[in-house]
Amino acid sequence: MNGNRSATWIKTINMSLLCFFAVSIASAAFAEKSDYIQPKLKVPAKNALTPERVALGKALFFDPRLSGSNWISCATCHNPALGWSDGLPKAIGEGQEVLDRSTPTILNVAYNRKQMWDGRDRSLEDQATGPIEAAGEMNQDLGLLIEELSEYQGYISLFESAYPGEGITEDTISKAIASFERTVIATESPFDRWVKGDESAISSSAKRGFHLFEGKANCVACHQNHNFVDDGFHNIGLPNSDDPGRYTFVKVKVLKGAFKTPTLRDIALTAPYMHNGAYNTLEEVVEHYNQGGVDKSNLDPNIKELNLTKKEVNDVVEFMNTLTGTHMEITIPRLPSF
Amino acid sequence: MCRVNFAKSCLFLAAISMSSMLSAEEHTIEQKDKAFVLSDQKIETFTVNVGDSISFKNQDPWFHNIFSLSDISTFDLGSYPKGEFRTVKFETPGEAEIECAIHPQMYLVVEVKE
Repeated sequence: MNGNRSATWIKTINMSLLCFFAVSIASAAFAEKSDYIQPKLKVPAKNALTPERVALGKALFFDPRLSGSNWISCATCHNPALGWSDGLPKAIGEGQEVLDRSTPTILNVAYNRKQMWDGRDRSLEDQATGPIEAAGEMNQDLGLLIEELSEYQGYISLFESAYPGEGITEDTISKAIASFERTVIATESPFDRWVKGDESAISSSAKRGFHLFEGKANCVACHQNHNFVDDGFHNIGLPNSDDPGRYTFVKVKVLKGAFKTPTLRDIALTAPYMHNGAYNTLEEVVEHYNQGGVDKSNLDPNIKELNLTKKEVNDVVEFMNTLTGTHMEITIPRLPSF
Repeated sequence: MCRVNFAKSCLFLAAISMSSMLSAEEHTIEQKDKAFVLSDQKIETFTVNVGDSISFKNQDPWFHNIFSLSDISTFDLGSYPKGEFRTVKFETPGEAEIECAIHPQMYLVVEVKE
């Protein structure tokens, strides 16, 4: 009798422990997944988001008259039909000249702490007029642009609606473009549905890929949280790259050849990859990391050989493919013509 | 007479030097969740006295770096993994901006008092 009672107690304790561990594991998994839920967007107080500001910013974004040649708009390189990039290894600017770096997507740039591949701008407002003025990109004199826009009653009205009493200035142009860019946010992907509990949203291969992503493949060393970035800068050992990157602005050795960690949202839509368009496919990208980079002369210390099997590489790619959001409908604005 | 005064002065200077050495503190600040953390609280400013040192201990599962390009202190202590630390001594009064080069959101202003 006593023996039976002891056995029952032991069974009860074992069941309790099992239950406790099951709950612990489940909550740990949930905690990890919750890190990937999109947080509320922070908007600077000096440029609150309004429909009028977004409408003005959208008009400016799609208007080729913002360039010196009047035929390159922001959307020429940041094309919504190509994942807000251009599908090219390196961007093409003024006079069809090929630039040194690829066009980064503007998807989710609203969440970035630093803008541009080398992080030289802090905010979207700081960044907005950079490419407009850059000689190799849109090659536009801002003073002339303000004169040009001021010739259109349509723009005068749009600016007045968006920023009453402020006029057409470098500041209002920057703020309007930044406002539009803050609306270019990743849409729900199969991965997001899986995070919310829909187990059928992604394949078994993608689930394995996610666990590799967070584990053996070590992608999470840089690609973290809902936007899959660490707001950091890394030299990832790309071949044939002598671009100093972040080091141009911060003279610290680890930053020689370091570039900003890009988002992985909609990553399947934004090939070629890397700041210099070195790779055409996600398989090539994962193989790059699998061998621990190519040029290891100033390699980021987080990067190491991974020893992933071919199947594991495919699983990681399968996972990244689940980060493609639903189709974002974009209406092209009618631009002021008088 | 002169010899006695000189010896006294030496003793006095040595005492001052000893006392400042004895009072110098060694602080530890953690690098955690890509922030500078003291007693589980994220900090953006920290005050020390001249002669004090701070050890920056990496508690994250990825590498961190410590550098400063400030007027009072310029250094790059390199990058190091979880569990390791790097120590820097502050010998000039003023403000030192401390950052992690890899994760620029990690930013700490150290005020060094005389």
